[in-house]
Amino acid sequence: MYKIKHAEFLALDIKKFVIEAPKIAKKRKAGQFVIVRANDKGERIPLTIADSSIEDGTITIIIQGIGKTTKELNAMQTGDFFLDVVGPLGKASHIENFGTAVCIGGGVGTAIAFPTAVALKEAGNKTISIIGARTKDLVILEKELKEISDEVFVTTDDGSYGFHGFVTQKLKEIIDCGEKINFVLAIGPIPMMKAVAEVTRPFGIATVVSLNPVMVDGTGMCGGCRATVDNKTVFVCVDGPEFDAHKVDFNQLMTRNKMYNDKEKIALNHFECNYDIAYEKAKSEIYQ
Amino acid sequence: MTEISKKDRMKIPRQAMPEQNPLERKNNFLEVNLGYTEELAKLEALRCIQCPKPVCVEGCPVGVKIRDFIELVAQGDFLGAAAKIKEDNVLPAVCGRVCPQEEQCEIKCVVGKKGEPVAIGRLERFVADFERQNVGIRTPKLNPKTGKKVAIVGSGPAGLSCAGDLIQKGHDVTVFEALHEIGGVLIYGIPEFRLPKEIVKAEVDALKDLGVEFKTNAVIGFTDTIDELLETEFDAIFIAVGAGLPYFLGIDGENLNGVYSANEFLTRVNLMKAYRFPDFDTPVFDVKGKDIAVFGGGNTAMDAVRTSKRLGAKNAYIVYRRSEVEMPARKEEVHHAKEEGIEFLMLTNPLKFVDDGNGWLDGVELQKMELGEPDSSGRRKPIPIVGSEYVRQIDMAVIAIGNGSNPIIQQTTPDLSFNRKGNIVVNDANMKTSKKGVFAGGDIVTGGATVILAMGAGRTAANAIDQYLKDSNW
Repeated sequence: MYKIKHAEFLALDIKKFVIEAPKIAKKRKAGQFVIVRANDKGERIPLTIADSSIEDGTITIIIQGIGKTTKELNAMQTGDFFLDVVGPLGKASHIENFGTAVCIGGGVGTAIAFPTAVALKEAGNKTISIIGARTKDLVILEKELKEISDEVFVTTDDGSYGFHGFVTQKLKEIIDCGEKINFVLAIGPIPMMKAVAEVTRPFGIATVVSLNPVMVDGTGMCGGCRATVDNKTVFVCVDGPEFDAHKVDFNQLMTRNKMYNDKEKIALNHFECNYDIAYEKAKSEIYQ
Repeated sequence: MTEISKKDRMKIPRQAMPEQNPLERKNNFLEVNLGYTEELAKLEALRCIQCPKPVCVEGCPVGVKIRDFIELVAQGDFLGAAAKIKEDNVLPAVCGRVCPQEEQCEIKCVVGKKGEPVAIGRLERFVADFERQNVGIRTPKLNPKTGKKVAIVGSGPAGLSCAGDLIQKGHDVTVFEALHEIGGVLIYGIPEFRLPKEIVKAEVDALKDLGVEFKTNAVIGFTDTIDELLETEFDAIFIAVGAGLPYFLGIDGENLNGVYSANEFLTRVNLMKAYRFPDFDTPVFDVKGKDIAVFGGGNTAMDAVRTSKRLGAKNAYIVYRRSEVEMPARKEEVHHAKEEGIEFLMLTNPLKFVDDGNGWLDGVELQKMELGEPDSSGRRKPIPIVGSEYVRQIDMAVIAIGNGSNPIIQQTTPDLSFNRKGNIVVNDANMKTSKKGVFAGGDIVTGGATVILAMGAGRTAANAIDQYLKDSNW
């Protein structure tokens, strides 16, 4: 059992959890993830570790409630327990002083990009962060990223805050302004990562993405998370989760991530019929 | 008990084990084999001629005193028989179900030279079940505590068998498991209808009662490294993490939706209980009324294909590139699969998976094969018949062609020796690795093998670890 020491919504349906997991807190490096299971009927889902505190023995994960499992997790509150938290899993981000590094986070991907942005800054990079969100209310970690970045740009699809447009447009703008970029990290929805890869490709800028396929065990045992990178099959859990964006078959990843869409709907209906009250209560926290 | 001559004993026919009717069982996950009754068990035990030199024991990787326990069964002392088995085997109810006895103890049986061998496996199963169901699993006496601590990495058959032996020798034992349940392949891999999970749990609980500590959610290499375990708490380590990295065929279309490794398919169903979706959250491809194919000819392939049938598949095929004679699966499993309506496409090799245009599996292109000369495995090599290619429409495919070795320990333990295949190199006599204090056994050493071979390795390691803890010699 892993105690939730603190839980709060950062934005609509995006919740931050600080979880007691001293061993993982001590070991984790930027880019690594945990597998979480809420209860004994729960799915095992991978979540990137956003932050940790060795002193407090805690790790931070940020969850966007989309499907049944993530909504159920987001209904949990301070003092509750996750049944299983295992990790840190996967390979750590490759960190070095590239020169100038741009970290792009789309939606909840900002939480995943955050620890690597911290590590890149600590390694001596000039760090530019771009946070993309659909709308102003969904922008997360702006303050935290400002503390560790040389520059931070926010883009919103609807123009309600910051730059009106997509992260890729902002990135292109920075490149066009003559900024010499040596490294780009892009984490977010697959179409965003794919678009970033296409922006940097002509300029030959090293670009890394963190993939989020369906996983079960997270240790290489099942092969469910396989993806195609550089025309070869990889297991994202043990070979990744970060890969060269210019070599990833994003279309296949998108298709594979839709494998259980019909089941997701069934599970979500099943959940919302049974847990309506708990979930509404949890959601209302944000307005308190 | 009345004396009965050797000749009369040999006249008794081998007793069949009652089974669930195939037509019923193909729709449920309940155990296929129902086990002997007391009467059947005694009768079968009488078939044993009590050889002065019991060669059957030589065939058992953990050296169960087969003759002696069978004699106790014949006398009706079933609890005595259980205690006798447990001197050498900590998982008798598991082994009685999944060991390939026909290739091990039973193949050596003298009675079997002229007729059918004594059904040693069925008797072992009966004895273990009798004890568990009637008085609960009784625990043996432990040696006085030595104060030494051993870490076991992996809670599958090798790890559990090693744990059982070491705790009895007086050492403290902690078993680390990456998943959230104890049992490794016994839990995630072997299906309920062949090995009920309750039985695994009962045998694991018996180890807990003996004092073995279990830690789940511990991926050794990541959560703790081997070096950290050695430096902080433990005097010796036994690595028994299994194979755990599924092979794929390496053909086009293998990453289409609807193509699974056997590990993933079975883990979803067994460990995560996808067959009870949506009461349990983990889904699996809905095979109801669909056509599915499993590629491979081993026990795992049989487990996967029979599972898909139970989930409602219309047609379920085994596709294997050699002939039935070369199939590595146990005869019993093949027989059961056929009874349940599984179709066997032998001498057939997949060439590529066909896309439905939306990234989903629609079919498989197959090619007929013929057998040529024996290859390095001693089995006749399958040779493609040119022009025999055809496409079969299927909705789900499961690849069950074995496992490579998991890279996590290798990546995080620099001074441990591995071979080219990623298996840990050990001295077979004592399971010692290249690293002082670290032993290894089971599939991570041998590549994919059987439950009992892994248990045998666990037992060999336990003896060697016990010796090492006494003399520190490496």
